[in-house]
Amino acid sequence: MDTAFTEHRTREPAGGLATIVDDFSADQRAFRNVSWGKAMMWIFLLSDTFIFGTFLIGYMAARMSTTEPWPNASEVFALEIAGRHLPLILIAIMTFVLISSSGTMAMAVNCGYRRQRRATAALLVATAILGATFVGMQAFEWTKLIGEGVRPWGNPWGAAQFGSAFFMITGFHGTHVTIGVIFLLAIARKVIRGDFDHGRPGFFTGRRGRYEAVEIMGLYWHFVDLVWVFIFAFFYLW
Amino acid sequence: MSEIAHNDAAHHIVVKAHPIRLYLVVWAWLFVLSAFSYLVDYFHLTGALRYTLILTFMMLKAGLIVAVFMHMAWERLALVYAILVPIGAILAFVAAMAVEADYTFLTRLAFFSGGQS
Repeated sequence: MDTAFTEHRTREPAGGLATIVDDFSADQRAFRNVSWGKAMMWIFLLSDTFIFGTFLIGYMAARMSTTEPWPNASEVFALEIAGRHLPLILIAIMTFVLISSSGTMAMAVNCGYRRQRRATAALLVATAILGATFVGMQAFEWTKLIGEGVRPWGNPWGAAQFGSAFFMITGFHGTHVTIGVIFLLAIARKVIRGDFDHGRPGFFTGRRGRYEAVEIMGLYWHFVDLVWVFIFAFFYLW
Repeated sequence: MSEIAHNDAAHHIVVKAHPIRLYLVVWAWLFVLSAFSYLVDYFHLTGALRYTLILTFMMLKAGLIVAVFMHMAWERLALVYAILVPIGAILAFVAAMAVEADYTFLTRLAFFSGGQS
């Protein structure tokens, strides 16, 4: 590294807004202490935020502007369990499953940085299993609703846009979870093989494998959980 | 290359410093907050109380996930602001579309009612 850069680093401002100005005016890289892969994942997640944001805005506009009554999600997603009528129970279980998967993911990242190879891989596989369970329950929910006559252009209970908003939003989210499960299994395989202990380069790149890959994977997975928090609040509870 | 190695080492320490207990506590909180949101529906709360509670629990959960699970609380401010500031555009979009949808609703009321309203 050239001396100018090291000199620059030594006179870092105290913090706050000055740090931001200093970082963004840097001649080499704006996001210091942040690796290329992690910065790119964050920027991808920001763009994905806009995608889900526009979906939810579209849903809001449809629901606010319709003169038909909106179907009551509490009853639409109710289930009879052991003779008891429980409103929204399946969605609540799905929420807990996804939150649990976020918990195991966070611990996988932590174990990764401690270089505990087996624990990291086991936690990643556990996360993948919970994610697959979530997708399975979503498939069940879709089957149930389609059986009851919900279509993107209509449903038996009220405003026709309910179906299109439901299939669009949960479908896109479910796709993200499915891709996440595949991503998790791919990273778990790398971990168990010891790629990140020996710095083995990936298939598409000459860069040496590092445990940071687990953290970057984690960012994606937590984002999927984060999106569900908003879907749960706005689509199911509102 | 040495720069990357240095960054890695710096990050290594930061992440390592978190005990696993922190994640378990956040996990427990997310469970509790989700249970509270479910109870809002279970007890059929309505009106302003319902919407306030839903939004409060939602924001608390989102904040915990982003700050702790996604490690944003320990990232440099330049990255934090680069990610969080653009979210303001979504909020502006929400406001614009809410006004628009309200207008559409009123026009529909006027036209679909056969001029009776």
